[in-house]
Amino acid sequence: MDLRELYQDIILDHGRHPRNFHALDEPSHFAHGHNPLCGDKVTVYLQLNGEQIDDVSFEGKGCAISTASASLMTEILKGKTLREAEILFGAFHAKVTGGAPVAVPAELEEDEERLDPLTGVKTFPARVKCATLAWHAFEAAVQGGGLAPIKTE
Amino acid sequence: MKPQLRAVFDPGAIRREFPIFERNPGLVFLDTAASAQKPRAVIDGIAEYYRNDYANIHRGVYALSARSTDRFEAARETVRRFLNAADASEIVFVRGATEGINLVAQSWGASFLAPGDEVVISEMEHHANIVPWQFLRERLGIKLVIAPVDETGGLDLAAFERCFTPRTKLAAVTHIANVTGHVVPVAEVVRIAHAHGAKVLLDGCQAVPRLKVDVRALDCDFYVFSGHKCYGPTGVGVLYGKRALLNAMPPWQGGGDMILTVSFAASTFQEPPHRFEAGTPDISGVIGLAMALDFMESIGRDTIQEHEEALTRHAVEQLSAVPGVRVIGAGAAQIGAVSFEVEGIHPHDLATVFDQKNVAIRAGNHCAQPFMERLGLPATARASFGIYNDEADVAALIGAVRAAQRIFRD
Repeated sequence: MDLRELYQDIILDHGRHPRNFHALDEPSHFAHGHNPLCGDKVTVYLQLNGEQIDDVSFEGKGCAISTASASLMTEILKGKTLREAEILFGAFHAKVTGGAPVAVPAELEEDEERLDPLTGVKTFPARVKCATLAWHAFEAAVQGGGLAPIKTE
Repeated sequence: MKPQLRAVFDPGAIRREFPIFERNPGLVFLDTAASAQKPRAVIDGIAEYYRNDYANIHRGVYALSARSTDRFEAARETVRRFLNAADASEIVFVRGATEGINLVAQSWGASFLAPGDEVVISEMEHHANIVPWQFLRERLGIKLVIAPVDETGGLDLAAFERCFTPRTKLAAVTHIANVTGHVVPVAEVVRIAHAHGAKVLLDGCQAVPRLKVDVRALDCDFYVFSGHKCYGPTGVGVLYGKRALLNAMPPWQGGGDMILTVSFAASTFQEPPHRFEAGTPDISGVIGLAMALDFMESIGRDTIQEHEEALTRHAVEQLSAVPGVRVIGAGAAQIGAVSFEVEGIHPHDLATVFDQKNVAIRAGNHCAQPFMERLGLPATARASFGIYNDEADVAALIGAVRAAQRIFRD
């Protein structure tokens, strides 16, 4: 696979200039994600209003893939419901790990496609966890978060 | 079986002794600090041992078992000679350096340390020389004292000496830092520790493949290394311990082969080294390790050291000359490994680009999270060398750095 397919402009852009890259003052939920293999660290902050994700942001230090993935995730999840977030993560996870495809409702298709540039990692098995780290941290935050250890691929 | 002695060192000829390079044309392997590739002498030698001489050891009265036992014990003698230990009984075969350190912690440590006693380790240690002592801290209430590194990442000897108190019983220090390739002045480390009445354990994982290690000249009390980093098979390593210390240490694992007598009331145990080798060991691994050490001897250990020093120096120079590249701790005595950063590119991204160029390096924290924390780096890229590497490999490394810089250029 050509490296340019992995490091597409959109990835390089979000990697260098991550969006929503700050802490929330009073997050309702947050969780740390840490990949001990490569040292990547991410903290995901959430402002939940019931089932609604009013705000989501992140901080951390990581590679281009993990930073871009976290950045894109925050852009996409803002304003979504937890159920929608779960569907999007499921579909994304299936794509990057080569699992059975997960259908998404029509209204989420555009968001799902925005994540496609990250799916280049599936031919780089060592990098799949970079692309999913922020999503796992998001999941951990929703489930109680704090310092809970989170799962990586 | 043994390759011929070479008057002039030729990495190209050495490389032909390693089938991995035949099967993977174009492979630029720069991760020997993680594990070395295996020469034909080891790969074929192990297969030949299984074909000709294999049986369990120390048990059978039949000739085949005796022959297998002889080969196993001959391997112990090879290791003794390689380390210049006084006696083969000072050589204990373990799974690797990690198990060697755990053995010392659980047998010697648990018997001879009391609550409040202190163990000094350095800031640059591999996790394998940190966690076993933390276990002992939990279990016994000993104190773990951390000797700091200086700005270059090398051991600060003056600060190291200040770590000693009347309660210090052991200093456990690496011989060469696996992250930076820094050579620790271990003769000084031993002198300082002994002057304070403490024993010394040295972690020789990165040193044994590169330096001529003489445990008697060093006068260290324990020395550990892993076979797979010095061109031998995985699953085998060595704990060297001074005879008097091993004699006084209780067994740490019970089972067959380590006992003299067993009854349900009580058991009695073998003398060292067999006291510490419960169960059927990795027989072919031990024999393969001896073949690997013989292979190194056939090249010449001074030759290996000179080659690794020269190649490391060349890599540091070449990397330092690339704009945007910073070598970690350049300037200190370094051998075998170079950690570096490329401005604006995370090491993990570098390693992926490198992999596409067939250049295998390590990216990450190198099992030394506290050291990385001290250096203020979440991760580094590390290129490390073996006897099969040459300047063409360094050129490929530099080419890969430039390729990554092109991809990530703003």
